[in-house]
Amino acid sequence: MTGKTIAEKILSAKSDSDVRAGDVVICRIDHLVATDGSMPMTIDYFERMGGTSIANAENASVSLDHYSPPPNRTTADLHNQIRKFAQQHGMSVFEVGDGIGHQVMMETGRALPSDLVIGADSHTVTYGALNALATGVGSSDLAAAMIAGRIWLRVPETIKVNLDGTMGDKVHAKDIVLSLVKELGADGAAYKSLEFAGPGIANLDMDARALLANMSVEMGAKCGLFAVDETTRAYLTANGSRQGTPVSPDPDATYCQVVEIDLSRVEPQIALPHQVDTVVPVRDAPQAPIHMIYIGTCAGGRASDLHEALAILRQGERIAPGVQMIYTPASRTTLSQVSKDGTLAEFVEMGGVIQTAGCGSCCGTCGVIPGDGINVISTANRNFKGRMGNPEASIYLASPITCAAAALNGRITNPKDIAS
Amino acid sequence: MTGLAIKGRARVLGDDINTDYIISSRRKRDSLDPQVLRQYLLESVDPNFAATVEPDDVLVAGENFGCGSAMEVAATVVVGAGIKAVLAKSFSRTYYRNAINNGLLPVICDTSAIKEGDRLSISLGDGFHVRNETAQTDLTAEPLSPVVYAIVMSGGLVNCFQSLGGFPDPAQV
Repeated sequence: MTGKTIAEKILSAKSDSDVRAGDVVICRIDHLVATDGSMPMTIDYFERMGGTSIANAENASVSLDHYSPPPNRTTADLHNQIRKFAQQHGMSVFEVGDGIGHQVMMETGRALPSDLVIGADSHTVTYGALNALATGVGSSDLAAAMIAGRIWLRVPETIKVNLDGTMGDKVHAKDIVLSLVKELGADGAAYKSLEFAGPGIANLDMDARALLANMSVEMGAKCGLFAVDETTRAYLTANGSRQGTPVSPDPDATYCQVVEIDLSRVEPQIALPHQVDTVVPVRDAPQAPIHMIYIGTCAGGRASDLHEALAILRQGERIAPGVQMIYTPASRTTLSQVSKDGTLAEFVEMGGVIQTAGCGSCCGTCGVIPGDGINVISTANRNFKGRMGNPEASIYLASPITCAAAALNGRITNPKDIAS
Repeated sequence: MTGLAIKGRARVLGDDINTDYIISSRRKRDSLDPQVLRQYLLESVDPNFAATVEPDDVLVAGENFGCGSAMEVAATVVVGAGIKAVLAKSFSRTYYRNAINNGLLPVICDTSAIKEGDRLSISLGDGFHVRNETAQTDLTAEPLSPVVYAIVMSGGLVNCFQSLGGFPDPAQV
């Protein structure tokens, strides 16, 4: 028998069995998480399934992030319903303004190496950056998991993504993952695990890893996993989190596919409307006019994203006339950090607008909605038609660096053409 | 649910129909009721789609149906519109689970030759069997895993929990 991938090892441990890709297992869950988008239906399923209590309620959280703040009475009432249920059953609540649940989960040590985390949100995969097998489900599966403390999962095949080298100037982890989405396609990793490996990982900080893991679902993946190294340990220590139990793949593990990426050859990339896998190098993209720059979401709303954007914005005298520039911090901690380091004020003085920490405008559930005919360039992970709340707007996805270059010129611009 | 059979009209869609296209996230701000949301079904693909849905229509898609968000309204809105099955070359894993859990049948088969309006019949025996009555052809559907089969036979995860008190045991089914 050959060795195991990270996914096979974690799911073997959580099911007390020796499992391989293709096996279906019932696993113990270490942490559950829902959002205000998925929780109302979760409560409904929980009650219909006859649920009376949550197994391991101390490891169950719900994040009020999609409607942060609630844009109307209906969603405000949903928040009250969620708070009431959470209090009754002992779940933790991440309040309005605490940020995107996925960021808070990572910051508060609720997703640790080798944990199995189930979340009723597709971007639960983000915590794979911390060596947790984290995957998204719907509200009914989450309700069942709350009652049973377990879930059935198919052990995924694994695609190994070998990263080598160092990224060049004005290149960002977003460009790596957009390159990968282009190569594999929007379903290229469907039902599979992506395991990021290789010497290039040492050059990626935790924000970069979280972005790669986050967008693994844009290729259909069940999870996107990293092994633990010094960067992981330092991140956990800095947040006062426990270290968990790191899991590494066996050297003779079986992979269904291996993708090699030389980071030194990655160039700025952009996903054109309205599919995340219609990716082209920015230098080959049409220089379409841009009316709105959006920096935010669980893909691109961290402090480093604002910092990277500002480094480019500082190269110009001002942003192009008529361009709206919006930042939605990923979390309260992120907001606090950019407030203290002065970059928030700098962004505002350049004409930027700040929204409440949370999911913001990502899927049109709260915050700014682009108008008809508006072209948005965004650090988000999805650009489906109508995604930001208006099917008559067009969304381009790029790094904060490329977004900032577009803000200066009012059109899609290769950041390499901005003098520094 | 043994002997379950569906007859319906094919409504053909393309590849990569994401959950935001099935039902826009912004519509969830006002209601989660499938009977309200059904009027917006697939509005980003075709604003007239919802108005032309008939009971027992069968959605027929290409690759990666239900990609994007894991939001379960994307399954319940389809059920709410009276649709009982979706045929696709492949599904996103979250949509597949949500469909099974809500009694919507996700059938994996080669849908390339199915045309808009074709009469389809789908039956469930030890797995799904699909016949295109219009083209007089039989399609081979991918078999169901035992756990999925048990949930389908229960009529969804709520029924499964009510009758079994939990998940079907993969070792037993």
